[in-house]
Amino acid sequence: MKNSVFPGAAERIPFPPSPASAQPDAAPAIRVAGLRKRFKNVTALEKVSFDIPANSICALLGGNGAGKTTTLSILLGLLLPDSGTVSMLGEDMLRHRYRVLPRMNFTSPYVDLPKRLTVWENLMVYGRLYGLSRPQKRIRELAEEMEFGDLLERPYGMLSAGQRSRTALAKSLLNQPDVLILDEPTASLDPDMGDRIRAILENYRARSGATLLLASHNMPEVERLCDQVIMMQRGRIVAQGSPAALIAAHGRASMEEVFLDVARAPAPASAKKAAG
Amino acid sequence: MSGWSLALLRIYALVTRHAYLMRKSWPRLLELAYWPSMQMILWGFISQFFSIHSSWVAQAPGMLIGAVLLWDILFRGQLGVSLAFFEEMYSRNLGHLFASPLRPPEMIVAMLAISTLRTLIGVGGAALLAIPLYHYSLFKLGLPLLAFFINLIVMGWAIGLMVSALVMRFGLGAEGFAWAAIFAVAPVSGVYYPVSALPSWLQPVAAALPASHVFEGMRAVMIEGIFRMDLLANAVLLNLLYLSAGVAVFLWTFRRARQLGLLLQIGE
Repeated sequence: MKNSVFPGAAERIPFPPSPASAQPDAAPAIRVAGLRKRFKNVTALEKVSFDIPANSICALLGGNGAGKTTTLSILLGLLLPDSGTVSMLGEDMLRHRYRVLPRMNFTSPYVDLPKRLTVWENLMVYGRLYGLSRPQKRIRELAEEMEFGDLLERPYGMLSAGQRSRTALAKSLLNQPDVLILDEPTASLDPDMGDRIRAILENYRARSGATLLLASHNMPEVERLCDQVIMMQRGRIVAQGSPAALIAAHGRASMEEVFLDVARAPAPASAKKAAG
Repeated sequence: MSGWSLALLRIYALVTRHAYLMRKSWPRLLELAYWPSMQMILWGFISQFFSIHSSWVAQAPGMLIGAVLLWDILFRGQLGVSLAFFEEMYSRNLGHLFASPLRPPEMIVAMLAISTLRTLIGVGGAALLAIPLYHYSLFKLGLPLLAFFINLIVMGWAIGLMVSALVMRFGLGAEGFAWAAIFAVAPVSGVYYPVSALPSWLQPVAAALPASHVFEGMRAVMIEGIFRMDLLANAVLLNLLYLSAGVAVFLWTFRRARQLGLLLQIGE
């Protein structure tokens, strides 16, 4: 098993397969190679490459401006890279994203749903957008499983932060995606609600075999959920591996401490000009 | 489901999103008909006055009311497209929409459908109100009304798409263009007066607008009782150009927004 910390590394390091997906020859669900993105004089991403095996949960970590959201945006097709390739479920995401988007979904606290529409109406709209033939049935299933049946007739704008997160997560699970991208799925939630959402994600992965990629600042969450971690700093990948391996490699007791080590480390020489 | 069925389902999804919004918000519905009705009432009184004091208006007393109602088709058509797009920006929903299988051309079709719905509600209400108030029925124009309606709303769509593209590129700070853009073409569209009333140097500008041909056509129907096919052909050809330009600008701006990372940052 190879789990390393390598500041400034640009080469692709394969992750160990997760127990549930122990198929050595299986193609990665997500393959990113040589991504570069600049915004005017700022380098947001520089030679970012990684593979994420199918049926694994991977975290993208880094301080503010590290390049996480830029990476996620490119994976979703919302942002075009200057160079590099993204293969999603075997398809070239930059050329054929509409072949893959029906099999993906995402949620982010920075993107909202229409506030005057009820939870039911919002989910109906997105159910149809994702091509569900019977969105009503799927919404009822999700409402029961995620315990938000009592919210269905309430306007989205009238919900608490936790209720909104559950609704957004339900939206992201409507089409039972093979790849689920989550930007800070438990941000600003109380511990109880955060725990519930983590349980939902774990169950979903176990049941569906989906691949989850999440950006998070919650290190206990990362340790609990993730098979692998990619750490970014100033637009570059500076470490990757399983949480346990990273903790061991840094000689630390937790991912929180590893995160602080990486975030506070001086930028690699080759990344001095880069900033996220 | 086939590709076309899925595309129609996605368009339907986006239309229902706006229908949900309109259905539950009576102020929104009321507002749709309020402004066209107020304009119609104002121009109705002006029309009554001029029908006595102006021999030109006296030829067809409903001409000014007809003009204001047709003008509102253009205006509401444009606003319908722009506001459908702005709603997604107000609700910070664009990221979800464009990370879904919804394609930009499908979004355009949905916005045009929403615009048609809003225009029919708004202008239709005012047109119906004109019947008891001024004994003037726009519907008496008959089939030419359909030709006028289609041409005016298409021109409105083209401008609405360009305004939406502008806001996609520069953010909601450029929102004011949605209200201002259409009034830039109003003076040269010959809404209330013939194009020949414009200074000669401005008349070619008017000729380049589909709306001016429609309003000339309306006057030909109302005053001379003839339907001018030449004017219709001019309007249709110009509209093909305008709508193609509107769609192209919207799609180009969408691609540019993806390059610049604007789709997740869009806001006030």
